[in-house]
Amino acid sequence: MKGQRLLGLGYLTPYIVGLLVFTAVPFLASLYLSFTSYDLMNSPRWSGIANYVRLFTRDRTFIRSLNVTLLYVFLTVPLKLTFALFIAAILNYKLKFINVFRTAFYVPSILGGSIAIAVLWRYLFASEGLVNMALGAVGFGPVDWFGDPTNALFTITLLRCWQFGSAMVIFLAALQSIDRSLYEAAEIDGAGKVRTFFFITLPLLTPVIFFNLIMQMVQAFQEFNGPYIITQGGPLKSTYLLPLYIYEEAFKKFNMGYASAIAWVLFLIIMVLTLVAFWSSRKWVYYAGDKRS
Amino acid sequence: MTNVPVTRPAARPDIKALNEAAALRRARREMLSTLVRYGLLAIVGLVMLYPLIWLIGASFKTNQEIFTGAGFLPHAPTAEGYIKGWQTSTPYTFGRFFWNSFLIILPKVIGTAISCTMAAYAFARFDFPLKKVLFTSVIAILLLPNVVTRIPQYLLFRDLGWLDSFLPLWVPSALAGDAFFVFMLVQFLRSLPADMEEAARVDGANSLQTLIFIVVPMLAPALISVCLFQFMWTMNDFLGPLIYVSSVDKYPVSLALKLSIDTTEAFDWNRILAMSVLTILPALIVFFAAQRYFIEGISAGGRKG
Repeated sequence: MKGQRLLGLGYLTPYIVGLLVFTAVPFLASLYLSFTSYDLMNSPRWSGIANYVRLFTRDRTFIRSLNVTLLYVFLTVPLKLTFALFIAAILNYKLKFINVFRTAFYVPSILGGSIAIAVLWRYLFASEGLVNMALGAVGFGPVDWFGDPTNALFTITLLRCWQFGSAMVIFLAALQSIDRSLYEAAEIDGAGKVRTFFFITLPLLTPVIFFNLIMQMVQAFQEFNGPYIITQGGPLKSTYLLPLYIYEEAFKKFNMGYASAIAWVLFLIIMVLTLVAFWSSRKWVYYAGDKRS
Repeated sequence: MTNVPVTRPAARPDIKALNEAAALRRARREMLSTLVRYGLLAIVGLVMLYPLIWLIGASFKTNQEIFTGAGFLPHAPTAEGYIKGWQTSTPYTFGRFFWNSFLIILPKVIGTAISCTMAAYAFARFDFPLKKVLFTSVIAILLLPNVVTRIPQYLLFRDLGWLDSFLPLWVPSALAGDAFFVFMLVQFLRSLPADMEEAARVDGANSLQTLIFIVVPMLAPALISVCLFQFMWTMNDFLGPLIYVSSVDKYPVSLALKLSIDTTEAFDWNRILAMSVLTILPALIVFFAAQRYFIEGISAGGRKG
Protein backbone atom coordinates (compact mmCIF):
# COMPACT_ATOMS: atom_id res chain seq x y z
CA MET A 1 0.00 0.00 0.00
CA LYS A 2 3.03 2.26 -0.04
CA GLY A 3 2.22 3.40 -3.60
CA GLN A 4 -1.37 4.05 -2.59
CA ARG A 5 -0.17 6.33 0.20
CA LEU A 6 2.02 8.37 -2.10
CA LEU A 7 -0.83 8.55 -4.62
CA GLY A 8 -2.95 10.46 -2.12
CA LEU A 9 -0.19 13.00 -1.65
CA GLY A 10 0.14 13.17 -5.42
CA TYR A 11 -3.45 14.33 -5.82
CA LEU A 12 -2.89 16.79 -3.03
CA THR A 13 0.23 18.33 -4.60
CA PRO A 14 -1.49 21.43 -6.04
CA TYR A 15 -3.10 22.11 -2.69
CA ILE A 16 0.17 21.63 -0.78
CA VAL A 17 2.11 23.91 -3.14
CA GLY A 18 -0.61 26.55 -2.82
CA LEU A 19 -0.68 26.15 0.94
CA LEU A 20 3.06 26.72 1.22
CA VAL A 21 3.53 29.41 -1.41
CA PHE A 22 0.38 31.48 -0.96
CA THR A 23 -0.54 30.94 2.67
CA ALA A 24 2.15 29.56 4.97
CA VAL A 25 5.13 31.54 3.72
CA PRO A 26 3.18 34.83 3.31
CA PHE A 27 1.74 34.33 6.78
CA LEU A 28 5.21 34.15 8.34
CA ALA A 29 6.56 36.83 6.01
CA SER A 30 3.91 39.29 7.14
CA LEU A 31 4.82 38.64 10.77
CA TYR A 32 8.44 39.39 9.90
CA LEU A 33 7.50 42.48 7.89
CA SER A 34 5.51 43.82 10.81
CA PHE A 35 8.79 44.23 12.69
CA THR A 36 10.42 46.13 9.86
CA SER A 37 10.21 49.37 8.05
CA TYR A 38 9.77 48.70 4.33
CA ASP A 39 8.87 51.18 1.61
CA LEU A 40 9.45 48.93 -1.46
CA MET A 41 12.44 51.10 -2.54
CA ASN A 42 14.97 49.93 0.02
CA SER A 43 15.04 46.43 1.44
CA PRO A 44 13.16 45.86 4.73
CA ARG A 45 14.92 47.37 7.72
CA TRP A 46 14.47 45.65 11.10
CA SER A 47 12.88 48.04 13.55
CA GLY A 48 11.85 45.74 16.38
CA ILE A 49 8.54 46.54 17.98
CA ALA A 50 8.64 50.16 16.84
CA ASN A 51 5.62 49.70 14.54
CA TYR A 52 3.50 48.27 17.32
CA VAL A 53 4.60 50.92 19.80
CA ARG A 54 3.70 53.62 17.32
CA LEU A 55 0.31 52.01 16.64
CA PHE A 56 -0.77 51.97 20.25
CA THR A 57 0.87 55.13 21.56
CA ARG A 58 1.08 57.70 18.78
CA ASP A 59 -1.32 56.68 16.02
CA ARG A 60 -4.71 58.20 16.74
CA THR A 61 -6.03 57.12 13.34
CA PHE A 62 -5.33 53.52 14.30
CA ILE A 63 -7.06 53.77 17.68
CA ARG A 64 -10.06 55.43 16.02
CA SER A 65 -10.10 52.80 13.27
CA LEU A 66 -9.82 49.96 15.78
CA ASN A 67 -12.76 51.28 17.80
CA VAL A 68 -14.86 51.74 14.69
CA THR A 69 -14.02 48.21 13.52
CA LEU A 70 -14.98 46.62 16.84
CA LEU A 71 -18.19 48.64 16.98
CA TYR A 72 -19.01 47.61 13.42
CA VAL A 73 -18.44 43.90 14.06
CA PHE A 74 -20.31 43.80 17.36
CA LEU A 75 -23.19 45.66 15.77
CA THR A 76 -23.38 43.82 12.46
CA VAL A 77 -22.84 40.18 13.35
CA PRO A 78 -25.53 39.84 16.07
CA LEU A 79 -28.05 41.89 14.09
CA LYS A 80 -27.50 39.90 10.93
CA LEU A 81 -27.63 36.51 12.63
CA THR A 82 -30.73 37.36 14.69
CA PHE A 83 -32.50 38.56 11.58
CA ALA A 84 -31.40 35.49 9.58
CA LEU A 85 -32.61 33.16 12.33
CA PHE A 86 -35.89 35.04 12.70
CA ILE A 87 -36.69 34.75 8.99
CA ALA A 88 -35.56 31.13 8.85
CA ALA A 89 -37.85 30.30 11.78
CA ILE A 90 -40.80 31.92 10.00
CA LEU A 91 -39.98 30.07 6.79
CA ASN A 92 -39.68 26.74 8.57
CA TYR A 93 -43.36 25.91 8.32
CA LYS A 94 -45.62 24.17 5.89
CA LEU A 95 -45.78 27.20 3.65
CA LYS A 96 -46.71 26.86 0.02
CA PHE A 97 -44.22 29.27 -1.44
CA ILE A 98 -41.35 28.54 0.86
CA ASN A 99 -38.92 28.08 -2.04
CA VAL A 100 -39.99 31.31 -3.68
CA PHE A 101 -39.41 33.24 -0.47
CA ARG A 102 -36.14 31.50 0.21
CA THR A 103 -34.90 32.41 -3.24
CA ALA A 104 -36.10 36.00 -2.92
CA PHE A 105 -34.34 36.43 0.41
CA TYR A 106 -31.18 34.94 -0.99
CA VAL A 107 -30.88 37.30 -3.96
CA PRO A 108 -29.19 40.14 -2.03
CA SER A 109 -26.54 37.69 -0.77
CA ILE A 110 -25.76 36.59 -4.29
CA LEU A 111 -24.84 40.13 -5.19
CA GLY A 112 -22.77 40.18 -2.04
CA GLY A 113 -19.83 42.51 -2.02
CA SER A 114 -20.61 43.69 -5.53
CA ILE A 115 -19.62 47.27 -6.23
CA ALA A 116 -22.95 47.83 -7.95
CA ILE A 117 -24.77 47.20 -4.68
CA ALA A 118 -22.50 49.59 -2.80
CA VAL A 119 -23.32 52.14 -5.48
CA LEU A 120 -27.02 51.44 -5.05
CA TRP A 121 -26.60 52.02 -1.31
CA ARG A 122 -25.20 55.46 -1.92
CA TYR A 123 -28.33 56.34 -3.82
CA LEU A 124 -30.72 54.74 -1.35
CA PHE A 125 -29.33 56.61 1.63
CA ALA A 126 -28.65 59.88 -0.16
CA SER A 127 -30.34 62.86 1.46
CA GLU A 128 -33.16 62.72 -1.10
CA GLY A 129 -32.91 58.97 -1.58
CA LEU A 130 -35.43 56.20 -1.27
CA VAL A 131 -34.87 55.59 2.45
CA ASN A 132 -35.53 59.16 3.43
CA MET A 133 -38.57 59.25 1.14
CA ALA A 134 -39.93 56.17 2.89
CA LEU A 135 -39.20 57.68 6.31
CA GLY A 136 -40.87 60.91 5.21
CA ALA A 137 -43.97 58.98 4.17
CA VAL A 138 -44.41 57.67 7.72
CA GLY A 139 -43.71 61.05 9.25
CA PHE A 140 -40.02 61.01 10.11
CA GLY A 141 -37.77 63.85 9.12
CA PRO A 142 -34.97 63.18 6.67
CA VAL A 143 -31.92 61.55 8.25
CA ASP A 144 -28.45 62.71 7.31
CA TRP A 145 -27.06 59.23 6.68
CA PHE A 146 -23.65 60.01 5.28
CA GLY A 147 -22.94 63.40 6.84
CA ASP A 148 -23.45 62.35 10.43
CA PRO A 149 -20.66 60.18 11.91
CA THR A 150 -23.06 58.20 14.09
CA ASN A 151 -25.27 57.21 11.14
CA ALA A 152 -22.72 56.46 8.45
CA LEU A 153 -21.43 53.25 9.99
CA PHE A 154 -24.98 52.07 10.44
CA THR A 155 -25.67 52.27 6.69
CA ILE A 156 -22.89 49.73 6.15
CA THR A 157 -24.28 47.55 8.91
CA LEU A 158 -27.66 47.71 7.17
CA LEU A 159 -26.07 46.76 3.86
CA ARG A 160 -24.58 43.60 5.39
CA CYS A 161 -27.76 42.77 7.29
CA TRP A 162 -29.61 43.05 4.00
CA GLN A 163 -27.37 40.21 2.85
CA PHE A 164 -28.54 37.79 5.53
CA GLY A 165 -29.41 35.14 2.92
CA SER A 166 -26.57 32.67 3.24
CA ALA A 167 -26.81 32.60 7.05
CA MET A 168 -30.56 32.15 6.69
CA VAL A 169 -30.23 29.25 4.23
CA ILE A 170 -27.91 27.48 6.67
CA PHE A 171 -30.30 28.08 9.57
CA LEU A 172 -33.23 26.88 7.49
CA ALA A 173 -31.47 23.67 6.50
CA ALA A 174 -30.71 23.00 10.16
CA LEU A 175 -34.28 23.80 11.22
CA GLN A 176 -35.67 21.42 8.64
CA SER A 177 -33.47 18.61 9.91
CA ILE A 178 -34.83 18.83 13.46
CA ASP A 179 -36.81 15.73 14.39
CA ARG A 180 -40.57 16.53 14.25
CA SER A 181 -41.31 14.16 17.13
CA LEU A 182 -39.52 16.52 19.52
CA TYR A 183 -42.05 19.22 18.74
CA GLU A 184 -44.95 16.81 19.10
CA ALA A 185 -43.64 15.73 22.48
CA ALA A 186 -43.30 19.36 23.56
CA GLU A 187 -46.83 20.11 22.46
CA ILE A 188 -48.21 17.19 24.39
CA ASP A 189 -46.33 18.44 27.42
CA GLY A 190 -48.12 21.75 26.93
CA ALA A 191 -45.15 23.89 25.92
CA GLY A 192 -46.07 26.99 23.96
CA LYS A 193 -44.46 28.22 20.75
CA VAL A 194 -42.03 30.53 22.50
CA ARG A 195 -40.91 27.98 25.07
CA THR A 196 -40.56 25.33 22.37
CA PHE A 197 -38.34 27.69 20.40
CA PHE A 198 -36.07 28.55 23.31
CA PHE A 199 -35.86 25.11 24.89
CA ILE A 200 -35.87 22.81 21.86
CA THR A 201 -35.15 24.66 18.63
CA LEU A 202 -32.44 26.99 19.86
CA PRO A 203 -30.32 24.35 21.65
CA LEU A 204 -30.47 22.11 18.58
CA LEU A 205 -29.41 25.01 16.40
CA THR A 206 -26.34 25.93 18.45
CA PRO A 207 -23.90 24.10 16.12
CA VAL A 208 -25.00 26.16 13.10
CA ILE A 209 -25.25 29.32 15.19
CA PHE A 210 -21.65 28.70 16.15
CA PHE A 211 -20.64 28.09 12.53
CA ASN A 212 -22.43 31.20 11.30
CA LEU A 213 -21.05 33.28 14.14
CA ILE A 214 -17.44 32.42 13.35
CA MET A 215 -17.80 32.81 9.58
CA GLN A 216 -19.69 36.10 9.81
CA MET A 217 -17.28 37.50 12.37
CA VAL A 218 -14.19 36.71 10.30
CA GLN A 219 -15.94 38.24 7.31
CA ALA A 220 -17.11 41.38 9.14
CA PHE A 221 -13.63 42.14 10.43
CA GLN A 222 -12.46 42.23 6.81
CA GLU A 223 -15.19 44.49 5.45
CA PHE A 224 -13.69 46.64 2.72
CA ASN A 225 -15.97 47.23 -0.28
CA GLY A 226 -18.82 48.81 1.70
CA PRO A 227 -16.93 51.63 3.38
CA TYR A 228 -14.53 52.04 0.45
CA ILE A 229 -17.32 52.75 -2.04
CA ILE A 230 -20.15 54.07 0.08
CA THR A 231 -18.45 56.40 2.54
CA GLN A 232 -14.73 56.36 1.67
CA GLY A 233 -14.12 55.91 5.39
CA GLY A 234 -15.79 59.17 6.35
CA PRO A 235 -17.21 61.33 7.70
CA LEU A 236 -14.54 62.07 10.32
CA LYS A 237 -13.17 58.52 9.84
CA SER A 238 -16.36 57.15 11.37
CA THR A 239 -16.40 54.28 8.84
CA TYR A 240 -12.65 53.96 8.47
CA LEU A 241 -12.46 50.23 9.19
CA LEU A 242 -9.05 48.63 9.70
CA PRO A 243 -8.97 46.93 6.26
CA LEU A 244 -9.27 50.39 4.70
CA TYR A 245 -6.42 51.66 6.81
CA ILE A 246 -4.28 48.65 5.91
CA TYR A 247 -5.07 49.11 2.22
CA GLU A 248 -4.09 52.76 2.24
CA GLU A 249 -0.92 52.24 4.25
CA ALA A 250 0.16 49.30 2.07
CA PHE A 251 -0.98 50.13 -1.44
CA LYS A 252 -1.23 53.93 -1.43
CA LYS A 253 1.65 54.93 0.83
CA PHE A 254 3.66 51.71 0.43
CA ASN A 255 4.44 51.46 4.14
CA MET A 256 4.53 47.68 3.90
CA GLY A 257 6.03 47.13 7.35
CA TYR A 258 3.59 49.38 9.15
CA ALA A 259 0.62 47.99 7.20
CA SER A 260 1.72 44.45 8.12
CA ALA A 261 1.74 45.42 11.79
CA ILE A 262 -1.86 46.68 11.51
CA ALA A 263 -2.81 43.49 9.68
CA TRP A 264 -1.29 41.44 12.47
CA VAL A 265 -3.17 43.33 15.16
CA LEU A 266 -6.36 42.71 13.22
CA PHE A 267 -5.44 39.06 12.77
CA LEU A 268 -4.69 38.61 16.49
CA ILE A 269 -8.03 40.17 17.45
CA ILE A 270 -9.87 37.82 15.09
CA MET A 271 -7.86 34.85 16.35
CA VAL A 272 -8.46 35.62 20.03
CA LEU A 273 -12.19 36.06 19.45
CA THR A 274 -12.32 32.85 17.40
CA LEU A 275 -10.50 30.95 20.14
CA VAL A 276 -12.82 32.41 22.78
CA ALA A 277 -15.76 31.26 20.67
CA PHE A 278 -14.30 27.78 20.28
CA TRP A 279 -13.45 27.55 23.95
CA SER A 280 -16.84 28.78 25.11
CA SER A 281 -18.60 26.53 22.59
CA ARG A 282 -18.12 23.59 24.96
CA LYS A 283 -20.47 25.36 27.32
CA TRP A 284 -23.19 26.38 24.91
CA VAL A 285 -22.98 24.31 21.74
CA TYR A 286 -25.01 21.15 21.88
CA TYR A 287 -24.19 18.30 19.53
CA ALA A 288 -26.93 15.72 19.26
CA GLY A 289 -25.54 12.21 19.54
CA ASP A 290 -22.38 13.69 20.98
CA LYS A 291 -19.57 11.17 21.05
CA ARG A 292 -17.09 13.35 22.90
CA SER A 293 -16.38 12.11 26.38
CA MET B 1 -50.51 10.80 18.46
CA THR B 2 -52.64 7.69 18.80
CA ASN B 3 -50.23 5.69 20.91
CA VAL B 4 -49.78 8.29 23.64
CA PRO B 5 -50.34 6.46 26.94
CA VAL B 6 -53.16 8.03 28.85
CA THR B 7 -52.42 7.94 32.53
CA ARG B 8 -55.73 9.21 33.82
CA PRO B 9 -58.36 6.49 33.34
CA ALA B 10 -61.06 8.64 35.01
CA ALA B 11 -60.94 11.17 32.19
CA ARG B 12 -61.57 8.55 29.53
CA PRO B 13 -65.17 9.45 28.55
CA ASP B 14 -64.24 13.06 27.81
CA ILE B 15 -61.27 12.35 25.66
CA LYS B 16 -63.06 12.31 22.34
CA ALA B 17 -64.75 15.65 22.89
CA LEU B 18 -61.59 17.13 24.29
CA ASN B 19 -59.62 15.96 21.30
CA GLU B 20 -62.09 17.45 18.88
CA ALA B 21 -62.04 20.79 20.65
CA ALA B 22 -58.26 20.73 20.75
CA ALA B 23 -58.08 19.86 17.06
CA LEU B 24 -60.37 22.73 16.21
CA ARG B 25 -58.35 25.11 18.30
CA ARG B 26 -55.16 23.89 16.71
CA ALA B 27 -56.56 24.29 13.21
CA ARG B 28 -57.61 27.84 13.95
CA ARG B 29 -54.27 28.65 15.51
CA GLU B 30 -52.44 27.17 12.57
CA MET B 31 -54.40 29.20 10.09
CA LEU B 32 -53.68 32.38 12.02
CA SER B 33 -50.02 31.44 12.23
CA THR B 34 -49.88 30.82 8.48
CA LEU B 35 -51.46 34.18 7.78
CA VAL B 36 -49.07 36.02 10.08
CA ARG B 37 -46.13 34.23 8.50
CA TYR B 38 -47.17 35.06 4.95
CA GLY B 39 -47.78 38.66 5.96
CA LEU B 40 -44.37 39.04 7.59
CA LEU B 41 -42.59 37.30 4.73
CA ALA B 42 -44.30 39.43 2.13
CA ILE B 43 -43.39 42.65 3.95
CA VAL B 44 -39.78 41.61 4.52
CA GLY B 45 -39.52 40.35 0.95
CA LEU B 46 -40.77 43.63 -0.42
CA VAL B 47 -38.39 45.67 1.70
CA MET B 48 -35.51 43.40 0.69
CA LEU B 49 -36.19 43.39 -3.01
CA TYR B 50 -37.58 46.84 -3.63
CA PRO B 51 -34.15 48.52 -3.75
CA LEU B 52 -33.17 46.18 -6.58
CA ILE B 53 -36.43 46.72 -8.40
CA TRP B 54 -36.05 50.46 -7.94
CA LEU B 55 -32.51 50.25 -9.30
CA ILE B 56 -33.74 48.69 -12.53
CA GLY B 57 -36.52 51.25 -12.93
CA ALA B 58 -34.28 54.19 -12.04
CA SER B 59 -31.70 53.15 -14.63
CA PHE B 60 -34.27 54.06 -17.29
CA LYS B 61 -35.15 57.40 -15.72
CA THR B 62 -33.82 60.79 -16.66
CA ASN B 63 -31.36 62.38 -14.26
CA GLN B 64 -33.96 64.92 -13.26
CA GLU B 65 -36.39 62.24 -12.23
CA ILE B 66 -34.20 59.91 -10.19
CA PHE B 67 -34.43 61.74 -6.87
CA THR B 68 -37.95 63.07 -7.24
CA GLY B 69 -40.03 60.00 -6.53
CA ALA B 70 -39.85 56.54 -5.00
CA GLY B 71 -41.76 54.88 -7.83
CA PHE B 72 -40.44 52.12 -10.01
CA LEU B 73 -41.82 53.18 -13.39
CA PRO B 74 -40.02 56.02 -15.17
CA HIS B 75 -42.28 58.81 -16.43
CA ALA B 76 -40.31 59.30 -19.60
CA PRO B 77 -38.31 56.10 -20.10
CA THR B 78 -34.92 56.68 -21.66
CA ALA B 79 -32.01 54.44 -22.53
CA GLU B 80 -29.66 57.40 -22.32
CA GLY B 81 -28.03 56.03 -19.17
CA TYR B 82 -27.21 52.77 -20.92
CA ILE B 83 -25.96 54.37 -24.11
CA LYS B 84 -23.75 56.94 -22.44
CA GLY B 85 -22.69 54.62 -19.63
CA TRP B 86 -21.67 51.91 -22.09
CA GLN B 87 -19.34 54.35 -23.84
CA THR B 88 -17.59 55.22 -20.55
CA SER B 89 -15.11 58.05 -20.15
CA THR B 90 -12.24 55.76 -21.21
CA PRO B 91 -11.19 54.82 -24.76
CA TYR B 92 -12.96 51.48 -24.19
CA THR B 93 -16.62 50.53 -23.99
CA PHE B 94 -18.09 48.56 -21.13
CA GLY B 95 -17.99 45.54 -23.42
CA ARG B 96 -14.23 45.50 -23.04
CA PHE B 97 -14.58 45.36 -19.25
CA PHE B 98 -17.06 42.51 -19.45
CA TRP B 99 -14.63 40.65 -21.67
CA ASN B 100 -11.86 41.23 -19.10
CA SER B 101 -14.08 39.91 -16.32
CA PHE B 102 -14.76 36.86 -18.44
CA LEU B 103 -11.01 36.39 -19.04
CA ILE B 104 -10.43 36.44 -15.30
CA ILE B 105 -13.36 34.20 -14.43
CA LEU B 106 -13.02 31.36 -16.93
CA PRO B 107 -9.48 30.13 -16.12
CA LYS B 108 -10.09 30.74 -12.44
CA VAL B 109 -13.21 28.61 -12.37
CA ILE B 110 -11.61 25.79 -14.36
CA GLY B 111 -8.50 25.83 -12.18
CA THR B 112 -10.59 25.83 -9.04
CA ALA B 113 -12.72 22.91 -10.19
CA ILE B 114 -9.74 20.74 -11.12
CA SER B 115 -7.49 21.46 -8.16
CA CYS B 116 -10.24 21.32 -5.54
CA THR B 117 -11.55 18.03 -6.94
CA MET B 118 -8.07 16.53 -6.73
CA ALA B 119 -7.63 17.73 -3.16
CA ALA B 120 -11.07 16.48 -2.12
CA TYR B 121 -10.40 13.10 -3.77
CA ALA B 122 -7.14 12.79 -1.83
CA PHE B 123 -8.72 13.72 1.51
CA ALA B 124 -11.84 11.61 1.12
CA ARG B 125 -10.44 8.46 -0.47
CA PHE B 126 -6.74 8.06 0.40
CA ASP B 127 -4.60 7.55 3.44
CA PHE B 128 -1.27 9.30 3.51
CA PRO B 129 1.26 10.71 5.91
CA LEU B 130 0.27 14.00 7.60
CA LYS B 131 -3.31 13.67 6.37
CA LYS B 132 -4.72 14.98 9.65
CA VAL B 133 -2.38 17.96 9.73
CA LEU B 134 -3.13 18.78 6.11
CA PHE B 135 -6.87 18.58 6.59
CA THR B 136 -6.57 20.82 9.63
CA SER B 137 -4.78 23.28 7.37
CA VAL B 138 -7.91 23.42 5.17
CA ILE B 139 -9.95 24.55 8.18
CA ALA B 140 -7.16 26.94 9.17
CA ILE B 141 -7.15 28.59 5.74
CA LEU B 142 -10.93 28.77 5.91
CA LEU B 143 -10.67 30.80 9.10
CA LEU B 144 -7.51 32.71 8.26
CA PRO B 145 -8.29 36.30 7.38
CA ASN B 146 -6.84 37.08 3.92
CA VAL B 147 -5.79 40.45 5.18
CA VAL B 148 -2.80 38.93 6.95
CA THR B 149 -1.30 37.27 3.85
CA ARG B 150 -2.17 39.96 1.32
CA ILE B 151 0.94 42.13 1.59
CA PRO B 152 3.53 39.33 1.22
CA GLN B 153 1.46 37.86 -1.62
CA TYR B 154 1.63 41.20 -3.35
CA LEU B 155 5.41 41.32 -2.85
CA LEU B 156 5.71 37.78 -4.21
CA PHE B 157 3.70 38.61 -7.33
CA ARG B 158 5.75 41.76 -7.78
CA ASP B 159 8.99 39.76 -7.67
CA LEU B 160 7.55 37.28 -10.17
CA GLY B 161 6.69 40.17 -12.48
CA TRP B 162 3.01 39.28 -12.39
CA LEU B 163 1.65 42.69 -11.41
CA ASP B 164 -0.87 44.16 -13.84
CA SER B 165 -1.70 40.73 -15.22
CA PHE B 166 -4.43 38.26 -14.32
CA LEU B 167 -1.98 35.68 -12.97
CA PRO B 168 -2.27 36.79 -9.30
CA LEU B 169 -6.02 36.28 -9.62
CA TRP B 170 -5.77 32.89 -11.35
CA VAL B 171 -2.88 31.01 -9.82
CA PRO B 172 -3.80 30.85 -6.10
CA SER B 173 -7.22 29.48 -7.04
CA ALA B 174 -5.73 26.99 -9.49
CA LEU B 175 -3.74 25.63 -6.54
CA ALA B 176 -6.88 24.94 -4.51
CA GLY B 177 -6.43 28.11 -2.51
CA ASP B 178 -10.15 28.54 -1.82
CA ALA B 179 -10.41 26.25 1.17
CA PHE B 180 -14.16 26.62 1.35
CA PHE B 181 -14.53 24.66 -1.89
CA VAL B 182 -12.09 21.94 -0.83
CA PHE B 183 -14.01 21.57 2.41
CA MET B 184 -17.36 21.48 0.66
CA LEU B 185 -16.25 18.83 -1.83
CA VAL B 186 -14.63 16.68 0.87
CA GLN B 187 -17.87 16.75 2.88
CA PHE B 188 -19.85 15.81 -0.20
CA LEU B 189 -17.51 13.04 -1.31
CA ARG B 190 -17.37 11.53 2.17
CA SER B 191 -21.13 11.20 2.14
CA LEU B 192 -20.99 9.08 -1.05
CA PRO B 193 -20.31 5.33 -0.85
CA ALA B 194 -17.06 4.09 -2.40
CA ASP B 195 -18.60 0.89 -3.85
CA MET B 196 -18.50 2.03 -7.45
CA GLU B 197 -14.87 3.03 -7.14
CA GLU B 198 -14.02 -0.35 -5.59
CA ALA B 199 -15.77 -2.08 -8.51
CA ALA B 200 -13.86 0.03 -11.00
CA ARG B 201 -10.60 -0.80 -9.27
CA VAL B 202 -11.38 -4.51 -9.35
CA ASP B 203 -12.03 -4.13 -13.07
CA GLY B 204 -8.52 -2.74 -13.43
CA ALA B 205 -9.11 0.99 -13.55
CA ASN B 206 -6.32 3.08 -12.09
CA SER B 207 -6.99 5.85 -9.61
CA LEU B 208 -7.00 8.60 -12.24
CA GLN B 209 -9.51 6.74 -14.39
CA THR B 210 -11.62 6.12 -11.31
CA LEU B 211 -11.49 9.83 -10.51
CA ILE B 212 -12.47 10.96 -13.98
CA PHE B 213 -15.08 8.36 -14.88
CA ILE B 214 -16.61 7.48 -11.50
CA VAL B 215 -15.94 10.18 -8.93
CA VAL B 216 -16.36 13.32 -11.04
CA PRO B 217 -19.82 12.31 -12.36
CA MET B 218 -20.96 11.52 -8.80
CA LEU B 219 -19.49 14.79 -7.59
CA ALA B 220 -21.17 16.78 -10.37
CA PRO B 221 -23.88 18.54 -8.32
CA ALA B 222 -21.34 19.77 -5.74
CA LEU B 223 -18.88 20.64 -8.48
CA ILE B 224 -21.48 22.77 -10.23
CA SER B 225 -22.08 24.62 -6.95
CA VAL B 226 -18.34 25.23 -6.66
CA CYS B 227 -18.13 26.65 -10.18
CA LEU B 228 -21.18 28.84 -9.68
CA PHE B 229 -19.93 30.27 -6.41
CA GLN B 230 -16.51 30.92 -7.84
CA PHE B 231 -18.10 32.64 -10.83
CA MET B 232 -20.17 34.82 -8.55
CA TRP B 233 -17.38 35.70 -6.15
CA THR B 234 -14.96 36.50 -8.94
CA MET B 235 -17.53 38.63 -10.72
CA ASN B 236 -18.05 40.59 -7.49
CA ASP B 237 -14.39 40.64 -6.46
CA PHE B 238 -13.12 44.17 -6.16
CA LEU B 239 -10.12 44.20 -3.86
CA GLY B 240 -8.12 41.63 -5.86
CA PRO B 241 -8.27 43.54 -9.17
CA LEU B 242 -7.88 46.83 -7.29
CA ILE B 243 -4.52 45.70 -5.94
CA TYR B 244 -3.19 43.75 -8.92
CA VAL B 245 -4.66 45.24 -12.08
CA SER B 246 -3.54 48.78 -12.85
CA SER B 247 -4.03 49.38 -16.60
CA VAL B 248 -7.50 50.48 -17.56
CA ASP B 249 -7.53 48.20 -20.61
CA LYS B 250 -7.36 45.19 -18.25
CA TYR B 251 -10.04 46.40 -15.82
CA PRO B 252 -12.84 43.98 -14.95
CA VAL B 253 -16.35 45.41 -14.54
CA SER B 254 -16.03 45.96 -10.79
CA LEU B 255 -13.09 48.35 -11.26
CA ALA B 256 -14.68 49.93 -14.32
CA LEU B 257 -17.79 50.74 -12.33
CA LYS B 258 -15.72 52.36 -9.59
CA LEU B 259 -13.88 54.31 -12.27
CA SER B 260 -17.14 55.51 -13.77
CA ILE B 261 -18.27 56.78 -10.35
CA ASP B 262 -15.04 58.72 -10.01
CA THR B 263 -15.06 60.19 -13.50
CA THR B 264 -18.74 60.83 -14.18
CA GLU B 265 -20.02 64.32 -13.53
CA ALA B 266 -21.98 64.73 -10.35
CA PHE B 267 -25.43 64.79 -11.93
CA ASP B 268 -25.15 61.93 -14.42
CA TRP B 269 -26.74 59.44 -12.07
CA ASN B 270 -28.54 57.31 -14.62
CA ARG B 271 -25.29 56.26 -16.33
CA ILE B 272 -23.96 54.84 -13.11
CA LEU B 273 -27.22 53.16 -12.24
CA ALA B 274 -27.47 51.68 -15.74
CA MET B 275 -23.97 50.24 -15.56
CA SER B 276 -24.71 48.94 -12.05
CA VAL B 277 -27.67 47.04 -13.46
CA LEU B 278 -25.49 45.55 -16.20
CA THR B 279 -22.81 44.49 -13.71
CA ILE B 280 -25.21 42.57 -11.52
CA LEU B 281 -27.13 41.08 -14.44
CA PRO B 282 -24.82 38.11 -15.19
CA ALA B 283 -24.82 37.08 -11.54
CA LEU B 284 -28.60 37.36 -11.34
CA ILE B 285 -29.17 35.36 -14.52
CA VAL B 286 -26.83 32.60 -13.41
CA PHE B 287 -28.43 32.54 -9.98
CA PHE B 288 -31.98 32.20 -11.26
CA ALA B 289 -30.96 29.59 -13.80
CA ALA B 290 -29.23 27.46 -11.19
CA GLN B 291 -30.55 28.52 -7.79
CA ARG B 292 -30.92 24.93 -6.59
CA TYR B 293 -27.14 24.52 -6.64
CA PHE B 294 -26.54 27.67 -4.68
CA ILE B 295 -28.97 26.81 -1.93
CA GLU B 296 -27.68 23.23 -1.72
CA GLY B 297 -24.08 24.37 -1.76
CA ILE B 298 -24.60 26.83 1.07
CA SER B 299 -26.58 24.34 3.12
CA ALA B 300 -23.89 21.69 2.63
CA GLY B 301 -21.16 24.09 3.65
CA GLY B 302 -22.88 24.64 6.96
CA ARG B 303 -23.40 21.00 7.74
CA LYS B 304 -21.47 19.89 10.74
CA GLY B 305 -18.68 17.51 9.95
